[in-house]
Amino acid sequence: MSRNYFKIERAGVNTTFQDQGRKNLYHIGIPFSGAMDNRNYLLANKLAGNKLESPVIEFAYQGPLLRYFGKKINIAVTGDVNFLIKRNSQNIEGKCYQTISLENGDEVDIVSTNKSVYGYLAISADLDLKYQWSSCSINTKANIGANEGKKLKINQEIDILKINKNINQRKIDYLNIKIENIRVIKGTNFDYFSEEGKKIFFEKEFIISRLTDRMGMRLEGPKIENIINTNIKSEGLLKGVIQVPADGNPIIMLSDHGTIGGYPKIGVVISADYDKLVQLVPGSKIKFKEVELSSAENLFKLYDLETQNLISQI
Amino acid sequence: MIKNISNLGDAAVYCDFGKDVNREINTQVIKYFKTIQNKNIEGINNLTPSYNKLIISFDLKKTNYKTIKKLIENLDINIHKDLQSKKKEIPICCDESFALDIKRLEEKLKIDREKIYENFFKKNFFCYMTGFIAGMPFLGDLDIDMRVERLETPRVKVPKGSVGITEQFANIYTFESPGGWNIIGNTPKKIFDNSKEIGPNLINPGDTIIFKNITKKQYKDYNE
Repeated sequence: MSRNYFKIERAGVNTTFQDQGRKNLYHIGIPFSGAMDNRNYLLANKLAGNKLESPVIEFAYQGPLLRYFGKKINIAVTGDVNFLIKRNSQNIEGKCYQTISLENGDEVDIVSTNKSVYGYLAISADLDLKYQWSSCSINTKANIGANEGKKLKINQEIDILKINKNINQRKIDYLNIKIENIRVIKGTNFDYFSEEGKKIFFEKEFIISRLTDRMGMRLEGPKIENIINTNIKSEGLLKGVIQVPADGNPIIMLSDHGTIGGYPKIGVVISADYDKLVQLVPGSKIKFKEVELSSAENLFKLYDLETQNLISQI
Repeated sequence: MIKNISNLGDAAVYCDFGKDVNREINTQVIKYFKTIQNKNIEGINNLTPSYNKLIISFDLKKTNYKTIKKLIENLDINIHKDLQSKKKEIPICCDESFALDIKRLEEKLKIDREKIYENFFKKNFFCYMTGFIAGMPFLGDLDIDMRVERLETPRVKVPKGSVGITEQFANIYTFESPGGWNIIGNTPKKIFDNSKEIGPNLINPGDTIIFKNITKKQYKDYNE
C-alpha cells in the first residue's frame, strides 16, 4: 500500500497540532491547551469533512509550506489567511472557508495571517499522531502531545493513516471581525488597585506587546497602581484571567498558561470574547469594558449559538 | 471550611478558605478537591487546589456558576477522613555548580551554608499543591530564620531539577523554566514523567517529603 503524507518544507513561526485540549489536569500543572480560536478550529474541521474534535494544524503569523504526496485529499483553511496552492509550478491563490482538493505533488504555502494571529489547516483524514490524556494538542512547555510536544520542524513528515471518503465541496461565507473592546468581569482582587488604577483599567487604551504567545498576552500602557499588595498567595489561574504584577502592566493568561500564579487578578475576559482576543496582533489597541456575570453568560450563549449555526450551514 | 464563594470570570467558582497558609487549611482544600474529583460532576472540567483556595472550572455550555455554587454549598465533606498521603525521599546534590543562589542566601539570611543545609535536610516537608509548570510541588514550611524573598530579577531559565526556596516554601523545577526562587541544589530524580498518563506526578498534595543530600558522583551515577 502506498503511503500518503505531507512533508514540511518550511515550518513557520509557531506551528503545532491542536484539538479541543485536555481537561481535568490543572491540579497537576497542565493547562487545557487546544486551539486558540475555537470557532475557526471547528469550522476548519467541518469544511474538511472531519469530526469536529479532530486535530488540525494551527499556525501563527507565517504558516508552514507543506508538500503533499499521495492520493487525492481534501483540506480546508480558516482564519484570515493568505495562502497559495502550488500545482505544476503554477500558483493558485488559496481561498479560506472552503474545501480544497489536493493531488500528489501539490504544495500548500501558508504565506501569512492577515492582521490576525492564528489560522487553521484541517486535513480530511486520520493523522498518525500521539494522544496524551485524550488530546494531541502540543504543549511545548511540558512536551506533551503529538510530535513529542514540540513545534513542527522543517523536513518532518505528517503521516496519514486513512483519507476520509471524498466529500462534496463545502463552503461558507465568514468574515473575521476585529474588535478593540474586550469585555471583562471584575477579578477577585479588583479592590487591590487604587481608584485611579481601576479607572485606567476600564477607560484607557492598552497596547499588545510583542511578548505575547500561546501562554500569555502582555499589555503596555498607563500603569495600574496597586495599593494593597503586589503579590497574593499563589493560587489557580484560568485562560482569560488578567493579572497585574508589581510593574503595573497587565498580563492576560492564554490557553497554555501556567496553572498557578501569585499576582493580583484585576479581571477575567468573558468566554464570548476569547476567540477574538487571541487574534489581536502585537501593536493593536485594546480596551476593557466591564460586564456583569449574567450578561457574560448570555453573551456566551449567543456566541455559541452563532458558532453552531455556522457549523450547521456547512 | 469555605469562608467565601464567588465567581472568577463566567466559567469558574472561586472558593476561599481564609487568608492564612497552614497545613490545617490546606488539608481542608485538599479534602474538598478530592471529594469533588471523585464525584465526576457533569460540566466541571478542572479543579485547582492551592494553599487556601480551590478554583472549580466548568464548561459554560453545560452548566453555570449558580448551579455549581449550590452544589458546592451542599457538598458533604468527610473532614475527619484521613488524607491518603505518602512519604517520599528526594535526593539532591548541593554542589556549587547546582547551588546557584547559595552565596546570596548566606548574605541574606546571615547563616553559613553548612547551617542552611543542615536546617533544610532535617525538615519534613508537606506538599501544599502542585502546578505552575507540570508537576512542580510547593512544599512547606521552612523555619522562620530560613525565609527569604524571591530574586529581584527572576532567571530567564532555571535548569530542570533545580530545588529552590522562597518565603516558607521549597519547590522543584520539573522542567527548565523561568523562575525567581533561590536555587540551593538539583535532583536527578524524575519528578514529572510526561510518558505516564496515570500518576505522572511523583509528589502530590498532602504528601510528606524529605530531601537527602547526595554527592556529585552519586548524582552522575543516579539511575531510577
